[in-house]
Amino acid sequence: MADRITRDDVVHVARLARLELTDDQIERFTGQLGAVLEHADDVAALDLADVEPTSHPYPLVNVLRADEVGPTLNNDQALSGAPDSAEGRFKVPAILGEAP
Amino acid sequence: MSAPSSPVSPALAIAAAVRAGERSAVEVLDEHLAVVEAREGEIHAFNLVTADTARTAAAEIDRRVAAGESVGPLAGVPIALKDNLCTNGVATTCSSRILEGWVPPYDATVVSRLVAAGAIAIGKTNLDEFAMGSSTENSAFGATRNPHDTTRVPGGSSGGSAAAVAAGFAPLALGSDTGGSIRQPASLCGVVGMKPTYGLVSRYGLIAFASSLDQIGPFASSVADAAILLEVIAGHDPADATSIPRPTPEVSVHLADGVAGLRVGLVRELMGDGIHPDVAARVREAAEALAAAGAEVEEVSVPAVTLGLSAYYLIAPAEASSNLARFDGVRYGLRVEAPTTNEMMVATRTAGFGDEVKRRIMLGTYALSAGYYDAFYGKAQKVRTLICRDFAAAYQRFDVLLSPTSPTTAFELGAIADPLTMYLNDICTIPSNLAGHPALSVPFGTGSDGLPVGVQVLAPSLGEVDLFRTAAVLEAAAPGEGNAR
Repeated sequence: MADRITRDDVVHVARLARLELTDDQIERFTGQLGAVLEHADDVAALDLADVEPTSHPYPLVNVLRADEVGPTLNNDQALSGAPDSAEGRFKVPAILGEAP
Repeated sequence: MSAPSSPVSPALAIAAAVRAGERSAVEVLDEHLAVVEAREGEIHAFNLVTADTARTAAAEIDRRVAAGESVGPLAGVPIALKDNLCTNGVATTCSSRILEGWVPPYDATVVSRLVAAGAIAIGKTNLDEFAMGSSTENSAFGATRNPHDTTRVPGGSSGGSAAAVAAGFAPLALGSDTGGSIRQPASLCGVVGMKPTYGLVSRYGLIAFASSLDQIGPFASSVADAAILLEVIAGHDPADATSIPRPTPEVSVHLADGVAGLRVGLVRELMGDGIHPDVAARVREAAEALAAAGAEVEEVSVPAVTLGLSAYYLIAPAEASSNLARFDGVRYGLRVEAPTTNEMMVATRTAGFGDEVKRRIMLGTYALSAGYYDAFYGKAQKVRTLICRDFAAAYQRFDVLLSPTSPTTAFELGAIADPLTMYLNDICTIPSNLAGHPALSVPFGTGSDGLPVGVQVLAPSLGEVDLFRTAAVLEAAAPGEGNAR
C-alpha cells in the first residue's frame, strides 16, 4: 500500500512538530523518511484485523497510590531550569498576535 | 574446548577490598581518574567528569569504613552514568544543545540507589542525542571512539558508557536501551551489557525517548559485575507507574549454576541475511560451548522478529515525538527568543535539536497524524502482539534464546551516512524491547578484523536468572588471550 511521503507532507509535519526546515533539509528528509516508510511496507501490507494491539509490554492496570502528600520540588526548584520566570511562574513571550 | 578462564570482576574486587579496609576508595578513584586523564582525549567517553564530587563521595566512604559503619555492596566502586540520567546538581544534557547547561533538581532513582550502595559516580557519558542512534556519532558534543580502535565507532546510543568500561575509566557504567542501545555498544566494545525486563528497573529520572521501550541497564567487564549492578538498581519504585511490584530476581547467587539441562534455542531468523559470517560463526561456537556444558541446543524459528525493525521505527519515533514535545523553551534548557510564544518554540526546537532527532520527531508525528495512524502506528502495535506471541511459543520449548547482538563488529566513523542503513544495526536487539523481555550481550571472541563480537542471550520476562547463568558459561568458554582460534 505505502503512502509515500511527499515534500508537502514533510512541510506539514514539520509545522505540526514546531520545527522549521531549510529547503535542503526538506529535500533530504523527504527521501530519508520515504525510505523508512518503504521499509515499513512489510508491516503495512499485513492483514491484522483480528490481532489486538500491544501498547505496553508488561500488563499493569490502574496503578494507584494513597492520596498523601510526599516530598516534592519546591517552587524555586521547579523554576530553577526555566529560561525565564516571574512571580513564581514560568514566563513566556506573547501568546496571541503581535509582540507588545 | 578450552579450559574455562576465571573472569576478573574488578567491581566486586574493589568493593570487597574497600569494605575490608584494604584499599581506600579515594585511591581507587584516583587510579581510575589517571586512566581517564591518559586516554579520554582520544576516546571522548564523557560529556562531564565530576572528579571533585567523586573525591568527596569517596572520602566519605573511607571515613565510614574507618568508623566501622556499614557501606554498601558497591562501596568505593567508580561508575559512569549515561548523560540522560538525571543527577541532582550535575548538568544532564542528553548530548543535545536543547538541554545544554540544564541542571536537574533531583536524582534518578537508579542514581539514588547507586549512592546508597556506595558507588562513586565519576561522570556523565556521551550518547547519540536523546539516545537516538547506533554509533554515538549523533552527539552535539562530538563522537565517542572505540577504545579497541579509535578509527571505529563504539556503537550506540550508550557508546560513552560502553567505551568508559572498555577503556578502564570505570569498572561499571549505566546505559539505557530502547532498541539495543546498551547491548549493541557492549558488543562493539567487548564488554557485558544488559537490558532488564521492562519494569524491573525504575525509569524515574531517565529522560524519556520511547516510554514503552526504554529500560536502564548495566555495563560491566564481567558477568558477575553486571549481575551485582543489576541487583543494586532493580526493584519496585512507586515513582514509576510502570515499575513491576515484584521481588528482583536473585541473579548473583545463581551465576555458578551452569547450564546442564537448560534448553537453548538458536534463533534462525537472526542468523541469516545481513549477519556478517564472522559474527554468525562466533554465535554458532557459543551454541556449541553451551551444548558442551550440558545445555540442550536446537535451532528455533521466531518468524515475527523479522518484522521488528519496521514496527520499532514506527512505534519508537511516535512515542519520541510526544515525549520530546516538552522541549519547548519554557521550563528548562535552551530558549531562542522570538516575539511570540509559538515563534519562540519553533526557533528553540529548530536550533536545539540535531538532524537525527528532527527526523525521528517528524517520522513519529507523521505516523500518528490523521489518516496514517491506523496504517502505521496501529499496525505496528499489532505487530508487537505477533512478536510477543512468537516469543511465547518459543519459550514453551526453550528457557533462553541465542542470537548475534550486532550484525557486524565496530564500523568506521562516518562509514554509515544513510539513516535506514544505520537502523539495520538494531535488527537483533529490537525484538526484546518490543516484547519487554530481558537480553544480554556477552563478549565471545573476535572477528577476522580482531574486533570484539558479542553474543546475545534472550529470556522471557523476569527470566534474568537463566539469562545470567547462561552468560556466565559463555564468559568462561569465550576465546580469549592465549586461547585464540
